[in-house]
Amino acid sequence: MGLFLQVLLDGLWSGLLYGLIAAGLSLIWGVLDIINFAHGEFLMAGMYVSFFLGFLFKIDPLVSWVASAAFLFLLGVVTYKFVVKRTLGKAMAPLLATFGLSMVIKNFAMNRFTPNFRILSGTIMEGKVISLGQGAVMIPVPNLVTALFSLVVLGLLYWMLTRTRFGWAVQATAMDVEAARLMGVNTERIFILVFGIGGACVGVAAGLLPSYLATHPDVGSLFGLIAFMVVAMGGFGSIPGALLAAILIGLIESFAGFYIAPVFKYVAVFGVYLLVIMIRPKGLFGW
Amino acid sequence: MQSDSIKRAIPWMLSLAVLALLPVTGLLRGSFLSHVLVMILLNASMAQAWNIIGGYAGQVSFGHSVFFGIGAYGAAYAVTNLKMTPYPGALAGAVLAAVLAVIIGYPTFKLKGHYFAIATFAIVEVFHRLFMIWEDVGGAVGLDYPILKDGWRNFSWSRSKVGYFYGALILFGIIFSLVRALEKARFGYYLKAIREGQETAESLGVDARRYKLAAMALSAAMAAMCGAFFAQYNYRVDPSMVLSLDMSMRFVLITILGGIGTLWGPLLGAAILIPLQEYTRAYLAKLGPGVDLVIFGLIIILVMQFQPKGIMGMIDAARKRRRKLAAAGNEHEGGRQ
Repeated sequence: MGLFLQVLLDGLWSGLLYGLIAAGLSLIWGVLDIINFAHGEFLMAGMYVSFFLGFLFKIDPLVSWVASAAFLFLLGVVTYKFVVKRTLGKAMAPLLATFGLSMVIKNFAMNRFTPNFRILSGTIMEGKVISLGQGAVMIPVPNLVTALFSLVVLGLLYWMLTRTRFGWAVQATAMDVEAARLMGVNTERIFILVFGIGGACVGVAAGLLPSYLATHPDVGSLFGLIAFMVVAMGGFGSIPGALLAAILIGLIESFAGFYIAPVFKYVAVFGVYLLVIMIRPKGLFGW
Repeated sequence: MQSDSIKRAIPWMLSLAVLALLPVTGLLRGSFLSHVLVMILLNASMAQAWNIIGGYAGQVSFGHSVFFGIGAYGAAYAVTNLKMTPYPGALAGAVLAAVLAVIIGYPTFKLKGHYFAIATFAIVEVFHRLFMIWEDVGGAVGLDYPILKDGWRNFSWSRSKVGYFYGALILFGIIFSLVRALEKARFGYYLKAIREGQETAESLGVDARRYKLAAMALSAAMAAMCGAFFAQYNYRVDPSMVLSLDMSMRFVLITILGGIGTLWGPLLGAAILIPLQEYTRAYLAKLGPGVDLVIFGLIIILVMQFQPKGIMGMIDAARKRRRKLAAAGNEHEGGRQ
């Protein structure tokens, strides 16, 4: 029983982390109807920001996630203005343009920071574990804190989209750009802010991750792919859908890794994703 | 009709013949230049194979590295583990890839837009990870070729690249001739009709799913042949090299940069991108690793900003502009239609 609970909780922590990473992607997809292929590289860039703040200035990830989120907000805005804007509405062009951007960011990091794995030591949460029932169940604090951040950020995002004037404008833009414009919504501003906020969300995850994960140029690739699965499985721009899909993927990963074999965990994740998408072609919450 | 298609084929056959004479002229003595030429022919063939399903049938697949990888592993497995010539392996790989294409295509073709794209990403990841743990094909280490005797029997040449050049030229000739024929065949028109509007095509009696599956199978088999050539040329395969998203993107990018859904787009894309990549890699090596890929990425971003229809799109635009100018000139002289 303890073992089962342990695997379940481990899956939950990864699931909530995936939800936090995927939230921004889901928002961008929902509003602009494009896949930001550089999403994983955004995460990687944010992790370097947090890592170097910790390494050079001894700022803890618990603080530097703010800087990382701000940095990715800016990167999101710049990406929209200079990479995405001109390609909107041209079939595969936004996806390929952002793929080009992902190559630029990843190889720039490779060139400047070397492919080495960089581990930040001496962080506040380093190695802290909450042990329940005489060590039957272990809860690593950094993962728990990230999971809590995820719930808060997703909650805020959902609140913003459904309860504020800005959120209504975003939803209107997502439904029909022309109509929203006619109603006086500055859709261009919405697009810029959505890209910025989407970046900032993944920036929160990126800022926290160096407290328990090594930073390297390729760290974003797998996370990016999982974020695509999460968003597609959750359905077109649906935040609750993304959260549910993320937790599902975290649990599949954890259970397949433990009960089948660690090497099979991503095969299981991608396999289940393919099955779900066959039954619900537009995702669990898609329409 | 018959003589027409023969007449149309003459310039094409002549250009292939001219290419075939290149090694005789001694221009290819430098091994780097021959390497670049082989890579152009290989990548043009890959892009053209993808173009069948991605360009003509309009299903933008990001999963072609799976078919490419199966072909590569087929040839490599035949050579390293079965101690045979690569040909039966390549053939088995092509057949397997075609079968797999139908199995993948059948459920995924009902997905739309990004959902189809992401499903094909997921398929690549599944195969990548399966090959990583499949010990029989070397797992993460992959398959390394032994030293083989030069010649067509082993499809292997160690002293000069002329053999590979002819091999690549044959591959290129087969795939481009096929798509050339497809452009004028009923099958090709069906595919274009499906791309432009599946419902309309179906209402006119075109069995869209059947033709899309056929196009996918053909495209996959051709991609597998390219993979087999790649394994022979590279002398080793491993999952990250052939079964990766980056390899999948190569198929898509070259075609789109050259001109998606056009006969010459894949060749133009390869002829521009490959030398650029190979030469920047060679000359910018002192700036550290990855600089060539940064430049590659920047070019993709730039092209997508200004001409997402690629080089063929630019040529078309220039042609139209010239026609418009000519028409305006005519009007000026009083000629009216």
